[in-house]
Amino acid sequence: MSIILKAEKLNKFFHEPDKFQVLNNISIDIIKSEFVTINGKSGCGKSTLLYLLSTLDTDYKGTITINDTVVTGLSQNQLARFRNKNIGFVFQFHFLLPEFTVLQNVMIPAQRLGIHSEKEIRELANEKLKLVGMDTFGHKVSSKLSGGQQQRVAIARALINEPTIIMADEPTGNLDSANAQTIFNIFKELSTAKGHTIIAVTHDQDFAKNSDRTIHMMDGQIVDN
Amino acid sequence: MSLPVNLQISRTHLLSRKKQTLVAMLGVTFGIAMFILMISFMKGVNKFLEDTMLQATPDIHIYNDVKTDYTRTVAGDYYKSGELIMIHHPKPKHVNLNIRNAELIINDLMQNPDVAAVSPHLSTQVFYNYGPVQINGLIDGVDIMQEAQLYGLKEKMITGRVENLLTSNNGILMGQGLTDKLNVRVGDMVNLATPTGTFMRFRIEGTFQIGIGTIDNIKSYVNTASVQQLLGKDRSYITDINVKLKDIHLASAYAKSFQTKYAYKADDWETSNASIMASFLIRDVLTYVVSITLLIVAGFGIYNIMTMTINSKMKDIAILKAQCFARKDIIQIFLSQSLVIGVLGALTGIILGFTLSYLLSQVPFPKNENISLKFFPVIFEPKHYIFAMMFGIVTTFIAGFMPSVKASKIDPVAILRG
Ligand SMILES: Nc1ncnc2c1ncn2[C@@H]1O[C@H](COP(=O)(O)OP(=O)(O)O)[C@@H](O)[C@H]1O
Ligand SMILES: [Mg+2]
Repeated sequence: MSIILKAEKLNKFFHEPDKFQVLNNISIDIIKSEFVTINGKSGCGKSTLLYLLSTLDTDYKGTITINDTVVTGLSQNQLARFRNKNIGFVFQFHFLLPEFTVLQNVMIPAQRLGIHSEKEIRELANEKLKLVGMDTFGHKVSSKLSGGQQQRVAIARALINEPTIIMADEPTGNLDSANAQTIFNIFKELSTAKGHTIIAVTHDQDFAKNSDRTIHMMDGQIVDN
Repeated sequence: MSLPVNLQISRTHLLSRKKQTLVAMLGVTFGIAMFILMISFMKGVNKFLEDTMLQATPDIHIYNDVKTDYTRTVAGDYYKSGELIMIHHPKPKHVNLNIRNAELIINDLMQNPDVAAVSPHLSTQVFYNYGPVQINGLIDGVDIMQEAQLYGLKEKMITGRVENLLTSNNGILMGQGLTDKLNVRVGDMVNLATPTGTFMRFRIEGTFQIGIGTIDNIKSYVNTASVQQLLGKDRSYITDINVKLKDIHLASAYAKSFQTKYAYKADDWETSNASIMASFLIRDVLTYVVSITLLIVAGFGIYNIMTMTINSKMKDIAILKAQCFARKDIIQIFLSQSLVIGVLGALTGIILGFTLSYLLSQVPFPKNENISLKFFPVIFEPKHYIFAMMFGIVTTFIAGFMPSVKASKIDPVAILRG
């Protein structure tokens, strides 16, 4: 079993408004194809930890290694490229680009990466949309979709560049239980059938229970796992 | 055929808020259109004035200036002992204002390949008498064919022909305004009196209208010999030599060289019309100040709209940055939007500006017998349009660049955290 993501002794401070330690000596190993959830009370530092692991936030102490690459200390440009190939994101508030169609939203990260031709990207995007059951909505403007539908499109978008790791920050946070279940099933399917590694922050107990492993956090520390 | 992804995003942004895009574009359109209208009109006025001025001013005017340098006086000849001599307020001694070697100078000027025409002059104040009417005026004794070349006199004749002056003994070509005042016409005889009291009768051979009241109402042309006779001078007596060059822009350089070469004062047209040249400068400055202000206001419009767009798109920018869009991509996305606004605005502005200028050039100018203008003077110069285009694009570039850089600095984590 190979370790895909290794975090060692992560410490993070916020200096505003007062100096305050959000993350306290956090170390985690995440195994390939694992479906991990991070659980804990609101404000305990889950999102902060996820942004560190996703390399979007580089202001921390400690070391993060992803896919055998030490990402700590890489430049912003290197990180942007690394992220686009290795990490897909799903945010709590789905964050689609509202003026664009569903298909465009999914295609944009691949177009930016520029590895595939326009035609291949379109096929790939349709394939990902099918995976989340949204392939019939491709030409709808994304702002016209419901919350659950937008979240599914956001997952398809996270998958477009075939990242090894998918990170999600409270992906079901503002969805009803039926929609939440759909999203959960999609993640489960991705990890078991497609071999994606999934790290999802949640405070939904059901969601956490059904994942492979749950990391519990309290006041910036890992309590048990 | 598909645009790069950055430009696709930029296009979608522009099209999703058409009204704002249009308003920002119209700001640039009006700025550019007004600039073009103003500069075309102001330059048209300048050109009209310059043309009018050149109808009354030779390219280079060579004359014998009254000397005011009395450092060498006859006094020194009497007091040779080397004492200091103080002379207060010397009066100008009797001077002849003629150009002594005029014949030589004229021949030399004719040899110059850049010279188009040389017209010797002898002018004097006169009273025009026709019956009881007596009018103060001026006569110019000229070589009429040369003079006609200088000022395009042939086209300005109202009655009679320029050549008639050559064949007639005591012929005179009169300003149209002058003949109106005297109520005379071609074939009539007029009496001229000089300030020194001599009289002479002339036969009117033609009338001309330059289009400048102060000339048409007082001036007449006669043969040089007539004026020499009136003044009681000999046949070589000439006071002024007017020169027309093939290229008017050489005037100031040639004026300097003629002055040193012939040792007489030589003024180019710009020096002779310094106040008109100053008014050109003032109009130019005015035009540029007003138009640039308009364009800068349009620039602020774009700046505002881009800032608003970017503020309402913080989340989108964060999501793009989280997905491998580097800072330069974000700048490209938003800068290209303002450039599209700028280029479209500038193009429509140029079209509108041209249309307005054209319409103005068709508006009849209020009738005035002293000004030979039929329509409002407007000129159409490609370089003004190019300048307007460039300036419009540069302004929108700057107006779009600042908010775009701000957008590119957005920290995605701060916006995306749930
Ligand atoms: N930019 C920031 N500056 C200062 N404090 C912050 C900032 N972002 C988050 N915090 C604080 O850090 C703590 C952890 O936040 P977060 O990671 O968002 O918690 P969670 O996602 O577990 O609800 C909270 O107490 C929050 O108030
Ligand atoms: Mg959170």
